[in-house]
Amino acid sequence: MNQQMVMHADEFQRITSVCDRLTGEANANVVFLVDKNGQLIASSGATEDIDTTSLASLTAGNIAATGGLAKLIGEREFSILFHEGEKDNLHISIVAQRVILVVIFDARSSLGLVRLRVKKASEELHQIFTDLEQKGALPGGGSPFAEITDEDIDNLFSE
Amino acid sequence: MPFINLPLREITCKIVYYGPGLGGKTTNLQYVYAKTNPEARGNMISLATETDRTLFFDFLPLGLGEIRGFKTRFHLYSVPGQVFYDASRKLILRGVDGVVFVADSLVDRMEANLESAENLRINLAEQGYDLDKIPYVIQYNKRDLPNVAPVEELSRELNPTRVPEFEAVAVTGVGVFDTLKAVAKQVLTKVKNGE
Repeated sequence: MNQQMVMHADEFQRITSVCDRLTGEANANVVFLVDKNGQLIASSGATEDIDTTSLASLTAGNIAATGGLAKLIGEREFSILFHEGEKDNLHISIVAQRVILVVIFDARSSLGLVRLRVKKASEELHQIFTDLEQKGALPGGGSPFAEITDEDIDNLFSE
Repeated sequence: MPFINLPLREITCKIVYYGPGLGGKTTNLQYVYAKTNPEARGNMISLATETDRTLFFDFLPLGLGEIRGFKTRFHLYSVPGQVFYDASRKLILRGVDGVVFVADSLVDRMEANLESAENLRINLAEQGYDLDKIPYVIQYNKRDLPNVAPVEELSRELNPTRVPEFEAVAVTGVGVFDTLKAVAKQVLTKVKNGE
Protein backbone atom coordinates (compact mmCIF):
# COMPACT_ATOMS: atom_id res chain seq x y z
CA MET A 1 0.00 0.00 0.00
CA ASN A 2 2.70 2.39 1.00
CA GLN A 3 4.52 1.95 -2.28
CA GLN A 4 7.15 4.58 -2.96
CA MET A 5 6.95 6.82 -5.97
CA VAL A 6 10.38 7.16 -7.51
CA MET A 7 11.08 9.86 -10.06
CA HIS A 8 13.89 9.01 -12.48
CA ALA A 9 16.02 11.49 -14.41
CA ASP A 10 14.63 10.56 -17.85
CA GLU A 11 11.00 10.93 -16.89
CA PHE A 12 11.72 14.05 -14.83
CA GLN A 13 13.23 15.67 -17.87
CA ARG A 14 10.33 14.60 -20.09
CA ILE A 15 7.80 15.92 -17.55
CA THR A 16 9.61 19.23 -17.21
CA SER A 17 9.71 19.68 -20.95
CA VAL A 18 5.95 18.97 -21.26
CA CYS A 19 5.30 21.58 -18.53
CA ASP A 20 7.58 24.11 -20.23
CA ARG A 21 5.88 23.58 -23.57
CA LEU A 22 2.42 23.87 -21.99
CA THR A 23 3.40 27.15 -20.33
CA GLY A 24 4.37 28.59 -23.72
CA GLU A 25 1.56 27.14 -25.84
CA ALA A 26 -1.19 28.03 -23.35
CA ASN A 27 0.23 31.51 -22.72
CA ALA A 28 0.19 30.55 -19.06
CA ASN A 29 2.00 32.29 -16.22
CA VAL A 30 2.83 29.11 -14.37
CA VAL A 31 2.32 25.37 -14.73
CA PHE A 32 2.62 22.94 -11.82
CA LEU A 33 2.46 19.20 -11.60
CA VAL A 34 1.53 17.91 -8.17
CA ASP A 35 1.20 14.43 -6.71
CA LYS A 36 -2.28 13.64 -5.32
CA ASN A 37 -0.65 13.46 -1.89
CA GLY A 38 0.40 17.10 -2.15
CA GLN A 39 4.01 16.81 -3.24
CA LEU A 40 5.29 19.06 -5.98
CA ILE A 41 6.64 17.08 -8.92
CA ALA A 42 7.56 19.81 -11.41
CA SER A 43 6.91 23.44 -12.15
CA SER A 44 7.45 25.83 -15.01
CA GLY A 45 7.06 29.55 -15.69
CA ALA A 46 7.13 32.48 -13.28
CA THR A 47 7.32 30.51 -10.04
CA GLU A 48 9.62 32.90 -8.13
CA ASP A 49 6.85 34.75 -6.31
CA ILE A 50 4.77 31.70 -5.51
CA ASP A 51 5.09 29.45 -2.46
CA THR A 52 5.15 26.28 -4.54
CA THR A 53 5.14 23.87 -1.57
CA SER A 54 1.99 25.43 -0.10
CA LEU A 55 0.38 25.58 -3.51
CA ALA A 56 1.02 21.86 -4.02
CA SER A 57 -0.42 20.92 -0.64
CA LEU A 58 -3.53 23.08 -1.01
CA THR A 59 -4.15 21.88 -4.55
CA ALA A 60 -4.07 18.28 -3.38
CA GLY A 61 -6.40 19.18 -0.50
CA ASN A 62 -8.71 20.89 -2.95
CA ILE A 63 -8.77 17.88 -5.27
CA ALA A 64 -9.27 15.52 -2.34
CA ALA A 65 -12.21 17.54 -1.00
CA THR A 66 -13.76 17.84 -4.45
CA GLY A 67 -13.29 14.12 -4.98
CA GLY A 68 -15.13 13.52 -1.71
CA LEU A 69 -17.97 15.72 -2.94
CA ALA A 70 -18.07 13.84 -6.24
CA LYS A 71 -18.46 10.51 -4.46
CA LEU A 72 -21.29 11.92 -2.33
CA ILE A 73 -23.33 12.61 -5.45
CA GLY A 74 -22.35 9.39 -7.21
CA GLU A 75 -19.57 10.66 -9.49
CA ARG A 76 -16.17 8.98 -9.62
CA GLU A 77 -14.31 12.29 -9.58
CA PHE A 78 -14.49 15.78 -11.00
CA SER A 79 -11.55 15.72 -13.36
CA ILE A 80 -11.40 19.48 -14.00
CA LEU A 81 -11.68 22.43 -11.59
CA PHE A 82 -11.62 26.05 -12.61
CA HIS A 83 -11.20 29.02 -10.27
CA GLU A 84 -11.72 32.45 -11.76
CA GLY A 85 -10.01 35.42 -10.13
CA GLU A 86 -9.97 39.13 -10.88
CA LYS A 87 -6.60 38.87 -12.62
CA ASP A 88 -5.38 35.31 -12.41
CA ASN A 89 -7.25 32.08 -12.93
CA LEU A 90 -6.51 28.52 -11.88
CA HIS A 91 -7.20 25.53 -14.09
CA ILE A 92 -6.75 22.24 -12.24
CA SER A 93 -7.07 18.82 -13.83
CA ILE A 94 -6.33 15.24 -12.87
CA VAL A 95 -3.90 13.33 -15.09
CA ALA A 96 -3.59 9.55 -15.20
CA GLN A 97 -5.78 9.37 -12.07
CA ARG A 98 -2.83 10.15 -9.86
CA VAL A 99 -1.26 13.51 -10.56
CA ILE A 100 -2.69 17.01 -10.71
CA LEU A 101 -1.88 19.53 -13.42
CA VAL A 102 -2.29 23.17 -12.37
CA VAL A 103 -2.22 26.04 -14.86
CA ILE A 104 -2.24 29.65 -13.70
CA PHE A 105 -3.15 32.12 -16.42
CA ASP A 106 -4.42 35.68 -16.88
CA ALA A 107 -6.14 37.75 -19.58
CA ARG A 108 -3.32 37.06 -22.05
CA SER A 109 -4.77 33.58 -22.41
CA SER A 110 -8.27 32.12 -22.30
CA LEU A 111 -10.01 29.18 -20.71
CA GLY A 112 -10.61 27.64 -24.14
CA LEU A 113 -6.95 27.78 -25.10
CA VAL A 114 -5.84 26.41 -21.72
CA ARG A 115 -8.29 23.51 -21.91
CA LEU A 116 -7.13 22.66 -25.42
CA ARG A 117 -3.43 22.68 -24.51
CA VAL A 118 -3.98 20.89 -21.22
CA LYS A 119 -5.71 18.07 -23.05
CA LYS A 120 -2.71 17.51 -25.29
CA ALA A 121 -0.22 17.80 -22.43
CA SER A 122 -2.26 15.39 -20.32
CA GLU A 123 -2.00 12.69 -22.95
CA GLU A 124 1.79 13.04 -22.99
CA LEU A 125 2.01 13.09 -19.20
CA HIS A 126 -0.20 10.02 -18.99
CA GLN A 127 2.30 8.12 -21.09
CA ILE A 128 5.25 9.29 -18.99
CA PHE A 129 3.61 8.19 -15.75
CA THR A 130 2.75 4.84 -17.28
CA ASP A 131 6.45 4.44 -18.16
CA LEU A 132 7.42 5.45 -14.62
CA GLU A 133 5.11 2.88 -13.11
CA GLN A 134 6.53 0.16 -15.32
CA LYS A 135 10.04 1.16 -14.33
CA GLY A 136 9.10 0.86 -10.65
CA ALA A 137 7.71 -2.62 -11.23
CA LEU A 138 10.92 -3.90 -12.84
CA PRO A 139 13.25 -6.12 -10.82
CA GLY A 140 15.95 -3.92 -9.33
CA GLY A 141 13.50 -1.03 -9.31
CA GLY A 142 13.55 -1.16 -5.51
CA SER A 143 14.41 1.56 -3.05
CA PRO A 144 17.28 3.78 -4.18
CA PHE A 145 17.53 4.51 -0.49
CA ALA A 146 18.59 0.95 0.28
CA GLU A 147 22.32 1.63 0.65
CA ILE A 148 21.66 4.01 3.52
CA THR A 149 22.44 2.57 6.94
CA ASP A 150 20.63 2.80 10.27
CA GLU A 151 23.57 4.85 11.45
CA ASP A 152 22.99 7.43 8.70
CA ILE A 153 19.43 7.80 9.90
CA ASP A 154 20.58 8.12 13.53
CA ASN A 155 23.07 10.80 12.53
CA LEU A 156 20.28 12.90 11.05
CA PHE A 157 18.78 13.19 14.51
CA SER A 158 21.88 13.68 16.60
CA GLU A 159 22.51 17.35 17.22
CA MET B 1 3.72 7.10 0.09
CA PRO B 2 7.22 8.59 0.11
CA PHE B 3 8.09 10.52 -3.02
CA ILE B 4 11.69 10.05 -4.11
CA ASN B 5 13.04 12.40 -6.73
CA LEU B 6 16.32 10.91 -7.97
CA PRO B 7 17.52 13.77 -10.21
CA LEU B 8 16.91 16.30 -7.42
CA ARG B 9 18.09 13.82 -4.75
CA GLU B 10 15.12 14.52 -2.54
CA ILE B 11 12.80 12.37 -0.52
CA THR B 12 9.49 13.67 0.78
CA CYS B 13 7.40 11.88 3.41
CA LYS B 14 4.02 12.66 4.94
CA ILE B 15 3.34 12.59 8.66
CA VAL B 16 -0.15 13.08 10.06
CA TYR B 17 -0.95 14.28 13.57
CA TYR B 18 -4.18 12.64 14.71
CA GLY B 19 -6.18 12.78 17.91
CA PRO B 20 -9.24 14.19 19.65
CA GLY B 21 -10.33 17.82 19.27
CA LEU B 22 -8.42 20.40 21.35
CA GLY B 23 -5.75 17.83 22.17
CA GLY B 24 -2.84 19.93 20.84
CA LYS B 25 -2.16 18.70 17.30
CA THR B 26 -2.03 22.20 15.84
CA THR B 27 0.01 23.36 18.85
CA ASN B 28 2.62 20.67 18.08
CA LEU B 29 2.97 21.98 14.54
CA GLN B 30 3.05 25.59 15.69
CA TYR B 31 5.88 24.80 18.11
CA VAL B 32 7.89 22.98 15.45
CA TYR B 33 7.33 25.93 13.11
CA ALA B 34 8.39 28.47 15.73
CA LYS B 35 11.55 26.60 16.72
CA THR B 36 12.80 25.58 13.30
CA ASN B 37 15.33 27.58 11.37
CA PRO B 38 13.37 29.47 8.65
CA GLU B 39 15.69 28.00 6.02
CA ALA B 40 14.65 24.50 7.03
CA ARG B 41 10.93 25.05 6.82
CA GLY B 42 8.28 26.51 4.56
CA ASN B 43 5.17 28.47 5.47
CA MET B 44 2.67 26.91 7.81
CA ILE B 45 -0.86 26.77 6.47
CA SER B 46 -3.84 26.49 8.79
CA LEU B 47 -7.27 26.00 7.33
CA ALA B 48 -9.21 26.88 10.45
CA THR B 49 -12.57 28.29 11.50
CA GLU B 50 -12.96 31.83 12.81
CA THR B 51 -12.53 30.46 16.29
CA ASP B 52 -9.21 28.82 15.38
CA ARG B 53 -10.51 25.28 15.30
CA THR B 54 -8.93 23.22 12.53
CA LEU B 55 -11.44 23.00 9.69
CA PHE B 56 -9.58 20.95 7.11
CA PHE B 57 -5.90 20.64 7.96
CA ASP B 58 -2.72 22.35 9.09
CA PHE B 59 0.32 21.90 6.91
CA LEU B 60 3.99 22.45 7.68
CA PRO B 61 6.80 21.49 5.28
CA LEU B 62 10.07 20.75 7.03
CA GLY B 63 13.59 19.84 5.92
CA LEU B 64 15.45 17.54 8.31
CA GLY B 65 18.82 17.66 6.62
CA GLU B 66 20.67 15.32 4.30
CA ILE B 67 21.42 11.64 4.36
CA ARG B 68 24.25 10.78 1.98
CA GLY B 69 23.33 13.66 -0.31
CA PHE B 70 19.59 12.97 -0.16
CA LYS B 71 17.58 15.91 1.15
CA THR B 72 14.95 14.61 3.54
CA ARG B 73 11.72 16.56 3.59
CA PHE B 74 8.75 15.94 5.81
CA HIS B 75 5.28 17.29 5.26
CA LEU B 76 3.49 17.52 8.59
CA TYR B 77 -0.29 17.58 8.53
CA SER B 78 -2.79 17.73 11.34
CA VAL B 79 -6.39 16.62 11.00
CA PRO B 80 -9.47 18.36 12.42
CA GLY B 81 -10.14 16.53 15.68
CA GLN B 82 -13.82 17.28 16.07
CA VAL B 83 -15.92 14.18 15.54
CA PHE B 84 -18.10 15.58 12.75
CA TYR B 85 -15.15 16.34 10.48
CA ASP B 86 -14.59 12.67 9.77
CA ALA B 87 -14.82 12.99 5.99
CA SER B 88 -11.94 15.50 6.03
CA ARG B 89 -9.83 13.30 8.32
CA LYS B 90 -10.06 10.44 5.85
CA LEU B 91 -8.80 12.67 3.04
CA ILE B 92 -5.79 13.85 5.04
CA LEU B 93 -4.74 10.27 5.75
CA ARG B 94 -4.28 9.52 2.06
CA GLY B 95 -0.68 8.74 1.24
CA VAL B 96 0.38 8.92 4.88
CA ASP B 97 3.82 7.56 5.83
CA GLY B 98 3.66 7.94 9.60
CA VAL B 99 1.15 8.88 12.28
CA VAL B 100 1.50 10.75 15.57
CA PHE B 101 -1.43 10.28 17.91
CA VAL B 102 -1.72 13.29 20.20
CA ALA B 103 -3.69 12.14 23.23
CA ASP B 104 -5.25 14.61 25.64
CA SER B 105 -4.09 13.63 29.14
CA LEU B 106 -7.03 15.25 30.91
CA VAL B 107 -9.00 12.64 32.86
CA ASP B 108 -12.31 13.60 31.30
CA ARG B 109 -10.90 13.28 27.75
CA MET B 110 -10.10 9.59 28.04
CA GLU B 111 -13.24 8.60 26.17
CA ALA B 112 -12.52 11.12 23.41
CA ASN B 113 -8.99 9.67 23.13
CA LEU B 114 -10.30 6.13 22.80
CA GLU B 115 -12.90 7.17 20.25
CA SER B 116 -10.30 9.01 18.18
CA ALA B 117 -7.82 6.11 18.33
CA GLU B 118 -10.52 3.73 17.13
CA ASN B 119 -11.49 6.22 14.42
CA LEU B 120 -7.83 6.36 13.30
CA ARG B 121 -7.66 2.58 12.95
CA ILE B 122 -10.91 2.46 10.96
CA ASN B 123 -10.05 5.37 8.67
CA LEU B 124 -6.59 3.95 7.95
CA ALA B 125 -8.09 0.57 7.15
CA GLU B 126 -10.46 2.25 4.70
CA GLN B 127 -7.41 3.58 2.85
CA GLY B 128 -5.80 0.14 2.93
CA TYR B 129 -3.38 0.77 5.81
CA ASP B 130 -2.93 -1.31 8.95
CA LEU B 131 -2.15 0.84 11.99
CA ASP B 132 0.01 -1.98 13.37
CA LYS B 133 2.23 -1.90 10.29
CA ILE B 134 2.86 1.78 9.71
CA PRO B 135 5.24 4.06 11.64
CA TYR B 136 3.24 5.17 14.66
CA VAL B 137 4.02 7.02 17.90
CA ILE B 138 1.81 8.28 20.70
CA GLN B 139 2.15 11.53 22.60
CA TYR B 140 0.45 12.18 25.94
CA ASN B 141 -0.02 15.91 25.88
CA LYS B 142 -0.87 18.51 28.54
CA ARG B 143 1.22 16.83 31.25
CA ASP B 144 1.56 20.20 33.03
CA LEU B 145 -2.14 20.41 33.86
CA PRO B 146 -3.88 19.21 37.02
CA ASN B 147 -6.58 16.55 36.53
CA VAL B 148 -4.49 14.48 34.15
CA ALA B 149 -4.67 10.71 34.04
CA PRO B 150 -1.51 8.82 35.05
CA VAL B 151 0.70 7.96 32.08
CA GLU B 152 0.47 4.25 33.00
CA GLU B 153 -3.29 4.39 32.60
CA LEU B 154 -3.13 6.29 29.30
CA SER B 155 -0.54 3.87 28.04
CA ARG B 156 -2.59 0.84 29.04
CA GLU B 157 -5.67 2.18 27.27
CA LEU B 158 -4.15 3.80 24.20
CA ASN B 159 -0.97 1.88 23.54
CA PRO B 160 -1.73 -1.84 23.61
CA THR B 161 0.83 -2.55 20.86
CA ARG B 162 3.66 -0.76 22.74
CA VAL B 163 4.69 1.77 20.13
CA PRO B 164 7.06 4.59 21.21
CA GLU B 165 5.26 6.98 23.53
CA PHE B 166 6.15 10.43 24.85
CA GLU B 167 4.94 12.77 27.55
CA ALA B 168 4.52 16.32 26.31
CA VAL B 169 3.52 19.87 27.01
CA ALA B 170 3.09 21.09 23.45
CA VAL B 171 2.57 24.76 24.35
CA THR B 172 6.05 24.93 25.89
CA GLY B 173 7.57 22.39 23.53
CA VAL B 174 8.25 19.59 26.00
CA GLY B 175 8.32 16.32 24.09
CA VAL B 176 7.37 17.89 20.76
CA PHE B 177 10.63 17.25 18.90
CA ASP B 178 11.18 13.88 20.60
CA THR B 179 7.83 12.78 19.21
CA LEU B 180 8.58 14.09 15.74
CA LYS B 181 12.04 12.55 15.63
CA ALA B 182 10.73 9.17 16.71
CA VAL B 183 8.15 8.97 13.96
CA ALA B 184 10.48 10.45 11.31
CA LYS B 185 13.11 7.86 12.15
CA GLN B 186 10.62 5.03 11.80
CA VAL B 187 9.49 6.42 8.45
CA LEU B 188 13.04 6.67 7.08
CA THR B 189 13.88 3.17 8.29
CA LYS B 190 10.86 1.91 6.40
CA VAL B 191 11.90 3.77 3.27
CA LYS B 192 15.39 2.34 3.54
CA ASN B 193 13.97 -1.16 3.67
CA GLY B 194 11.96 -0.37 0.55
CA GLU B 195 8.65 -1.07 2.29
